[in-house]
Amino acid sequence: MAQLTSLSEAIKAAVHDGDTVAMEGFTHLIPHAAGHEIIRQGREELTLIRMTPDLIYDQLIGMGCAKKIIFSWGGNPGVGSLHRLRDAVEQGWPNKLEIEEHSHAAMANAYEAGAAGLPCAIFRGYIGGGLPAVNPNIKRVTCPFTGEELAAVPAHRPDVAVIHAQRADRQGNVMIEGVLGVQKEAVLASKRSVVTVEEIVNELPERSLNAVVLPHWTVGYVAEVPGGAFPSYAQGYYPRNNSFYKAWDEIARERNTFHAWMKENVLGKGPEAFAEYARKRAN
Amino acid sequence: MAHYKPTEIMTVAAARALKNDDVCFVGIGMPSAAANLARLTHAPEITLIYESGTLATKPNVLPLSIGDGELCETALTTVSVPEMFRYWLQGGRIKVGFLGGAQIDKYANLNTTVVGPYGKPKVRLPGGGGAPEIATSCGEIFIIMAQSKRGFVDKLDFVTSIGHVTGGDSRQKIGVKTKGPTRLITDLALFEPEPETKEMIVVSLHPGVTREQVQENTGWQVRFAAKVAETPPPTAQELDVLRELHVRTARAHAEAA
Repeated sequence: MAQLTSLSEAIKAAVHDGDTVAMEGFTHLIPHAAGHEIIRQGREELTLIRMTPDLIYDQLIGMGCAKKIIFSWGGNPGVGSLHRLRDAVEQGWPNKLEIEEHSHAAMANAYEAGAAGLPCAIFRGYIGGGLPAVNPNIKRVTCPFTGEELAAVPAHRPDVAVIHAQRADRQGNVMIEGVLGVQKEAVLASKRSVVTVEEIVNELPERSLNAVVLPHWTVGYVAEVPGGAFPSYAQGYYPRNNSFYKAWDEIARERNTFHAWMKENVLGKGPEAFAEYARKRAN
Repeated sequence: MAHYKPTEIMTVAAARALKNDDVCFVGIGMPSAAANLARLTHAPEITLIYESGTLATKPNVLPLSIGDGELCETALTTVSVPEMFRYWLQGGRIKVGFLGGAQIDKYANLNTTVVGPYGKPKVRLPGGGGAPEIATSCGEIFIIMAQSKRGFVDKLDFVTSIGHVTGGDSRQKIGVKTKGPTRLITDLALFEPEPETKEMIVVSLHPGVTREQVQENTGWQVRFAAKVAETPPPTAQELDVLRELHVRTARAHAEAA
C-alpha cells in the first residue's frame, strides 16, 4: 500500500546497506534526486542494477556506495565514458567494484521475468559473443518443444526499485508517460519501492484507456520531488539537459573535481534543490 | 564539386544504403545521423526505431541519447523496453540494424566492451547495450565507423557482437539465420563481405582516396574487390540537409533547460 512521505523518509525506510537496488529510467525519468538522497544518507555495499548506469550510478559509484553493478551499457550517452565507473573498474577507486555485465535484451527480459514471478528469463540472444565467457549468470537452455538453444539469465528480484514518474494521486497510484523503459517491470519485480514524482495531484489527468499506471497497492513509498529527474527529463515537464550531460564529462573526469561538485551540489543540498529545474511545459 | 569532410561522405554514403521501405534499428551517434539523413532526403517513409521503444520516429534534431524526448514526441508510438527487445527485435520485425563500434575486425565482428583483458582492462568501454542481439536478430547489419589502425584491428580484444565470426559459414554454423554485416561504410571506403570467405573487402573508394591510405588505416591486410568503384561524391542537396541537421542539433543541445 503506497505511503506518501518525504524523500528522505522514503529512502531511510526502503533502502538499506547491502541491498540490491534497481534505479531505473531509460534515459527518461532517471531518479536523480533519489540517488542524491541515497548518497547523503551514506548507504554502502549496494548492488546496483540498471540497464544504463548513466550519471546517477557514476555518482553513487564515485561516492563509494556500491560494491557491485549489474548493467548492460555503461557510458554517458552521446558524450563518452562514465569516468567514475571507469575509475572503479580500472583502478578500484574509491573501492573495488564487481561487475556483472549483460546485453540490453537480457536485462529487459530479466526485469520482465522478475515482474512475472519467474526464476529466470529465456530469450534468443548471446549467440557467439564474448559475454557468456565472463558472466557465469548467462546460461543456455534447450526448448523442450523445438530443440532450439536459447539464452537464460536469472530474473531480477531487487530488494528495492527506485523510479521517478510524472504524477501520482493522493492514494499513490502512479502514472508514467513517454519513454517507459523498464520502470513498471522494476517496481513489480522488487520487494520494496520508492517512487518520486513531479506532482501529487488530487486526481490523475484525463488519459488514454491504456495509460501506464502502477496501482497504489503495488507501490511502496511515494514522494513529491519536482525536478527530481534532472538532468534527465520528465516528458511534459522539462527536457533532457543535454548540456549538463556534456558538462559532466569534465566534472567527473578527475577525482577532485568530482568530489568538489558532489560536496557542493549533493552533500550540501536537499531534494528541494531540484525544484528550480521543474518547469511544467504549457500544453 | 562541393567541398566536404571525410565524415560527411561517410554519413552520406551510409544514408544512401537505406531504402524508403526499410525498417531500421538505429544506434546513437553516426548511425543516427545517417538514418535521419536518409529520411530527410531519398527515404521519407523509412521506419526508424530506437531501442528506447520509439517506433517510426521522425526527430527534427538528432538525439544526444537513445531516449531523448524528441524521439518519443515524433514517434508513431512508444513501447516499453522489454516489448521493444522481445516483440520487435527478437520477433524478427527489423530489416536493417545500424551499428557503430570502437573496434572491428575483418569479419566485421565488433568490440565496444574493453581494450585489454576483460578482468583488467586498459580502457573500459561502455559495453554492448543492444548490440549483441541487434547483430543477430536484424535481417542484415550496416556498420558505420571512421577508419584508424586502433579501430580496425587484426584481432579484437573482446567480441561484443558478432559479424561473420571466423568467416565462411561460421555464422550459420552457430545457429544464426540472419545475414549479418552486408555493408561497412567508413570515411575512406565502402566494404562488403566477399561472398565465399565473408571477409570485408573494399568495393568502392571515396573520391581521391588511395588503396594505400585505406591500408595505412587498417590493422589487417586489406583486400580489394576485382572491380573497385569510386563512391559518388555527396550532392549539394545531401550536404545542405546534413549540415542543417547538425546545426539544428548543436543549437538544441546547447540550450540549458
